[in-house]
Amino acid sequence: MSEQFDVIVVGAGPAGSAAALVAARAGLKVLLLERGAYPGAKNVSGAAFYGSAILHELIPNWWEQAPVERYVNRRQLAFMSATTSVTVDVRTTRFAEPPYNGFTVLRPKFDRWLAAQAEAAGACLLCATVADDVLREHGRVTGVQVRAEQGAIKANLVIACDGANSFLAKRAGLQREFHQHEVSLGVKEVIGLDEQTINERFQLGGDEGLACEYLGAITEQVRGGAFLYTNRDTLSLGVIGQVSSLVAEKARPYELLERFKQHPSVAPLLRGGTVREYSAHLIPEAGWHMLPKLRTDGMLVAGDAAAFCFAAGLYLEGINYALQSGFAAGEAAVAAHRARDFSAHGLRFYEQRLRERHVTTDFKRYRHAPGFVNNERLQNLYPEILAAGAERLFRVDGRGKKKIVPVALEVLRRFRVSPIQLIRDLWQGGRALGW
Amino acid sequence: MVTNSSTETTLADKMRTVQFNVDDRPHIVVHAEVCRGCAVQACVYVCPANLFVPLNDGGILFNYEECFECGACYVACNEEGAIEWSYPRGGFGVTFRES
Repeated sequence: MSEQFDVIVVGAGPAGSAAALVAARAGLKVLLLERGAYPGAKNVSGAAFYGSAILHELIPNWWEQAPVERYVNRRQLAFMSATTSVTVDVRTTRFAEPPYNGFTVLRPKFDRWLAAQAEAAGACLLCATVADDVLREHGRVTGVQVRAEQGAIKANLVIACDGANSFLAKRAGLQREFHQHEVSLGVKEVIGLDEQTINERFQLGGDEGLACEYLGAITEQVRGGAFLYTNRDTLSLGVIGQVSSLVAEKARPYELLERFKQHPSVAPLLRGGTVREYSAHLIPEAGWHMLPKLRTDGMLVAGDAAAFCFAAGLYLEGINYALQSGFAAGEAAVAAHRARDFSAHGLRFYEQRLRERHVTTDFKRYRHAPGFVNNERLQNLYPEILAAGAERLFRVDGRGKKKIVPVALEVLRRFRVSPIQLIRDLWQGGRALGW
Repeated sequence: MVTNSSTETTLADKMRTVQFNVDDRPHIVVHAEVCRGCAVQACVYVCPANLFVPLNDGGILFNYEECFECGACYVACNEEGAIEWSYPRGGFGVTFRES
């Protein structure tokens, strides 16, 4: 390809398609590369998408035309022991009003639709094309090397949205190799169940949806969690385990998934379903501590490639930050094009927009959260204590009724929790999520 | 306390639900001679498709054909030069349809 593009976006996921859309709308000549047979073919998320209001800014009333499954108006956080679950259940009609708070989506459909919007805005989408490396001239990035006969494609700017294992960010010297504790592996099944059964089983009206996240014994000693989301006529459920922890515990992810499915609180939800697809993907979970250098001469990094994945216990979000960062990268591309300056200095607007769009500011604010969430006591002991405490509180067995504080003290003693450790964890939890 | 669910599946059942457009060239190459010196063999545990099989001689048998391209083996491997990792050619490899 001897053509010269203004921008080459690598990866047609939410970050890449948002960047391509913004740049193409402003009249830039944009090439959007995707290594899968179609956008979404390589992509896996839960997938709960909480960026509805953000996408609404880009494509007004986008949910009226996009392939969405259900809007999420019911969110649960469940603390699990082997026998018990204690669930916080938030259900609100406020999340059922446009622009909605979130939707469940299936990535091969959703990503394909979003990439088509970038194409409609004028971007040129090229699938089945792998970009292995960046081209460089005099130290600046001038395009990408693709695995094809005429392998070099040139552009003023490369936006790397090539996912969690971003080869481009590493080749350009913007990202280092990851440590095992910084990434988690997610394994997932999509389970087919008819629409009416889902509505009845999860107490949902027509388009209503549930997103539930699980903490505690479901991953046994492995640091991680699990999720269950309702789609139109399927459930998406999966288990996430930190890579270092899987190795230390010699745990196999698909066996954890199977045991999660058999948990007494989970199994009844799946009854009668058939597995439609099994999938797996890597998740950059260390947040602020693993963010790469975000720009260099002729190049920006966005989405998972920039580790913009927000795993903070209460939150498990990625697509929204991918969109926001892609959006910001597209805006920075337009500004650099107008100024005819694609140097790192000319691209400084990207980081300003990432702050204004609350991407880097959120990651900085929650920088202590990933470490806190992966604390072994929070992972196993505290959910276990919560479960035991709830069970004790609600059990009626002829013994006298104790008040809450004596029950709590009894349970804390039974699990041999050191008061100093507990205070320290409360402080760290507060620092991570509280203030 | 395990309740049997009708959705219980073996890994083989799971893998049958996934579409792979297998490239004739492997995108990941494992150098088994390096693996013989590795005491951890983390790849065996982290691979979501169980593609790394430990051999009696201490080496690793690897098949790339049903790879999810997730990169967990690459991150987990602590032996320099044991795994050569890249993506399959465009359009090849795993192709998710429902996830």
